[in-house]
Amino acid sequence: MALPTDKGEFEAASRRELLKLLPLAALGAFAVAKFQEPLLKKGLAFSDWMSDKCFRSHHLAPTFKASDLTPLDKFYVNTFDVDDPEVDLDRWSLAVSGEVQKPGTYNLAAIKALPKFAQNTRHICVEGWDVIGRFGGARLADFLAMVGADPHARFITVECADSYYESVDMATALHPQSLMCYEMYDQPLTRKHGAPLRLRMPTKIGYKQAKYLTTLTVTNVLSKVGYWEDQGYSEFYSI
Amino acid sequence: MKTKTIRIEDEKSGTTTAVYEHPYIVRLCHWANTISLFVLIGSGLQIFRAFPSFGSKVPQTNLIDWPRSLAIGGWLGGALQWHLTFMWIYLATGVMYLGYQLFSGHYRQVLFTHRDFAGVRPMVRRYFFFGPKPQQREAYNALQKQAYTTVVILGVLSVLTGFAIWKPVQLSGLAWVMGGFHWARLWHFLIMIAIALFILGHLVMVALHGWQNFVSMLTGWKKDPEYLSE
Repeated sequence: MALPTDKGEFEAASRRELLKLLPLAALGAFAVAKFQEPLLKKGLAFSDWMSDKCFRSHHLAPTFKASDLTPLDKFYVNTFDVDDPEVDLDRWSLAVSGEVQKPGTYNLAAIKALPKFAQNTRHICVEGWDVIGRFGGARLADFLAMVGADPHARFITVECADSYYESVDMATALHPQSLMCYEMYDQPLTRKHGAPLRLRMPTKIGYKQAKYLTTLTVTNVLSKVGYWEDQGYSEFYSI
Repeated sequence: MKTKTIRIEDEKSGTTTAVYEHPYIVRLCHWANTISLFVLIGSGLQIFRAFPSFGSKVPQTNLIDWPRSLAIGGWLGGALQWHLTFMWIYLATGVMYLGYQLFSGHYRQVLFTHRDFAGVRPMVRRYFFFGPKPQQREAYNALQKQAYTTVVILGVLSVLTGFAIWKPVQLSGLAWVMGGFHWARLWHFLIMIAIALFILGHLVMVALHGWQNFVSMLTGWKKDPEYLSE
């Protein structure tokens, strides 16, 4: 840079230096109503893309001692609609469809016949609170193998008795700690915690842990992502 | 480090000296950061509204009922969109700033080192106890260096604690270093408060130091700096 020597040159140089900050005005687009929503969607999508790329499919979530568990009566119950959608537990079965070799309905006994795993893991809500709970059930990966799911499919989607719905990427579904959970604290799942079957994936945020499952579909295309995601929350939300 | 100092001759106002104190990248990062911090603190407070507490959910102690009108995003999902968008801008700005400072050597103007210890006491007396004004020989005095060095460290910590509460499983080691998820969330909040306090003090000093000082963060050039006249 040629250094200014008189007042005129100095003022011109100062103006030039000031104008070099103009690119920052581009951030002003965030203040324009028309651009704000698409820009924020892009930002959230970028965060999701990064989360997906950085997902460590073999990294285990921390597990906790029994003494660290949140007592079951203090385990906060979050529902979007009703605490108990009154599932008929005796006649319940899970309808499986999509990219699977053995579609059909699977009852709880079929799921309980798979090896059982129990783990004490942290459940974190998007609101910022968390509880440490004990969850037991079959590995989602084992269930997907049993029904002959295409492991190269991109997603599994679930629907729930309370009209909630969710989707999970295949890498997370195949994670060794991702469970089809039918027990909490070594007791059968209670109605308000999602009886008879819920998802429990310690690598995902709370709203992904769908309760009262009724259907499971293996698919490559998502027509909708999830109840909260479709209102503007993160689609991938690994934790 | 070589600073660009010039003399400007003018018939009316006589001779003026000017120093090119703030390089372009530093100014760009300063104002990008101003915007990012505004958005991140505002949206962070909206996120905090969803669970304005630390520790257990049951029983929940609400620490503060922060007004929605003083937060950004309107609702939790909206605030998360703002936060998860501007954190990347904040991070990119920080990387650009630190990279520039390191490779240009410009950090020597502002980094607090052992040589600055001696200058702390006289400046504390000056600022807080109306003591005599110590002679200033460089762009930043010891307390300014201390403040600007601390806030850069706070900036780095704000990113690290943020990642620890966003990805406490993927980055379980990082969350562990911070004392676990609960502590990481508390640290993130406390660091935000420390940065907010810095901004408050910074604004007071900017107001006290006058227009030429403010203009220097826009154009880079500071006219007649004190440390040259003495």
